[in-house]
Amino acid sequence: MSAALAEKTAPAKVAGVQTVLEARDLVRYYEVQRGLFGGKGLVKALDGVSFSLEAGKTLAIVGESGCGKSTLARLLTLIELPTEGRLLIDGIDVTGAHGAQLKALRRRVQMVFQNPYGSLNPRQTIGSTLEEPLLVNTDTPAEERRVAAMAMLAKVGLRPEHHGRYPHMFSGGQRQRIAIARALMLNPKILVLDEPVSALDVSVRAQVLNLLADLQDEFGLAYVFVSHDLSVVRHIADDVAVMYLGRAVEHGTAEAIFAKPRHPYTRALLSATPMADPTRQKQRIILTGDLPSPFAPPPGCTFHPRCPIADQERCRAEVPVLRDVDGALTACHLAV
Amino acid sequence: MTDLAAPGAPASHQQPVRRRPTIPLGVALAIAWLIGMIVVALLADRITPYGVTAMDLKNRLALPGNTGHWLGTDELGRDVLSRLIASVRISLMIAFGATLISAFVGTLLGFLAAHLRGAFEQMVLMLADFQASMPFLIMALAVLAFFGSSLPTLIGLMGIYGWERYARISRGLAISAGQQGYAGAIRQLGATPARIYLRHILPNIASTLIVSMTLVFPEVILLESGLSFLGLGVQPPMTSLGNMVGYGREYLTRAPWIMLAPSLAIVVTTFAVSMLGDWLRDRLDPTLR
Repeated sequence: MSAALAEKTAPAKVAGVQTVLEARDLVRYYEVQRGLFGGKGLVKALDGVSFSLEAGKTLAIVGESGCGKSTLARLLTLIELPTEGRLLIDGIDVTGAHGAQLKALRRRVQMVFQNPYGSLNPRQTIGSTLEEPLLVNTDTPAEERRVAAMAMLAKVGLRPEHHGRYPHMFSGGQRQRIAIARALMLNPKILVLDEPVSALDVSVRAQVLNLLADLQDEFGLAYVFVSHDLSVVRHIADDVAVMYLGRAVEHGTAEAIFAKPRHPYTRALLSATPMADPTRQKQRIILTGDLPSPFAPPPGCTFHPRCPIADQERCRAEVPVLRDVDGALTACHLAV
Repeated sequence: MTDLAAPGAPASHQQPVRRRPTIPLGVALAIAWLIGMIVVALLADRITPYGVTAMDLKNRLALPGNTGHWLGTDELGRDVLSRLIASVRISLMIAFGATLISAFVGTLLGFLAAHLRGAFEQMVLMLADFQASMPFLIMALAVLAFFGSSLPTLIGLMGIYGWERYARISRGLAISAGQQGYAGAIRQLGATPARIYLRHILPNIASTLIVSMTLVFPEVILLESGLSFLGLGVQPPMTSLGNMVGYGREYLTRAPWIMLAPSLAIVVTTFAVSMLGDWLRDRLDPTLR
């Protein structure tokens, strides 16, 4: 999917491949009051992120806490609007949309939350949970809603008798299936998955991931998969964007990035992923220090204070831009 | 949960049958007592044997159990049973009215704070802190001394009591439900705020609010008793449970029934409300069913 890599200005449809989601230099700033008498601080939670996503493909967003993953997820699901930049869903610009159009766009992007124990209303039966999206957004009569909910239950591998039960009667994996079913009730084209398996037991992760893969094939869904678990990302992603402090530092196909990580941050992340291969020489790159304060990001390359290879004056002075390094976009002066 | 019991049975219509059919004896008694109290309060005018102020000077401080006065008479020869019935009406009106008002106001402010955030939330929290740090009795005394005591004033004033607990509870739970929880998921689906708060969050926090109400209810009765005792609550010739306890205190050694009858009514009623609240909380929670 190298289309995502090129600077895209071409129209959305290219030879049968449909671009359903396109972000161009997405920026989201938050104004924060610093202390009682302090001035206003500006947090650059997201500082220029671009990508495009085609139907049936999965883009994984990877990074540690505080890198802007969740902000990006909130922008993509239209919970918040970007401060700057453009977000196109099905070629329609979100920033210019209002009222009914915004509501229609919102239906095309749905979200699956991280914690299936919190995201389902404990006082609501599964059936009513699944029918809620239709009730809120459409005029579907009660009987049709019920039929649709039953059909969706079967699609995610649950049984019809689960319709009248409450969330506490289900395991974590089953609950996440229910959450996925709810997200699919409105027939969205894009699913934003915010760490959908990180709250689950390892034994049921694979089941949920396989279910997601099956549903993607069946409905032609595009996934934005937010995660910090690289072993899961390797399994499911077509494209990977690695984020650090609100920016993408590396962006390319999963194969390219996992085979040869170009950015030192990506290398450090990959070295922290456990491998089931005892013969493999383990070389952990341990990053020192914490994520810098987003109030005062370091000058130059924001990663340079923690970077094991940053030794040039240039890293401290000049902000690296994403450039094509051997088939993947990388924001590092030293990458070759 | 029902899988093991009924493997082949049609499962979809099983659940209504399986709900716990019986009410525990204690709760049944509590409900019966409360219904009885409400009936007494409603029919107070019809069932009082004597007028509240009717004096029987020949029968002052009569013992309970005599034919004319079942619960005896007080120092002015007024029938204790009649006064008790009238008191129950006034006290229940104040306690139920005030509890409902404070629950409504508190929950509303809590939800508004959780929804609007920002300056409004800060203001609500500041008011709640103010209320929590200020002895309510002093505030009530000031208000009553200033505006004078009438039944509506008293109910309104008691309605302010305890609102800050509901506000804190509802705000906190609403925010946590919205962050990563079910309310956030519903909002993302495009539901209106009214639907989110009334259909999703309220049922989930109802149990906590009900327990809160059962705590506030006895406190309101006691507060009213205290104010009446100090002479700023229910004014004679009107009578309330607290009022009766207050005036009966002086005859505690010679005629304890004047005070014991309303005291017993207070204790049993508050106890019944607590029991009912406890049971309702469990009942409303599907995870405990």
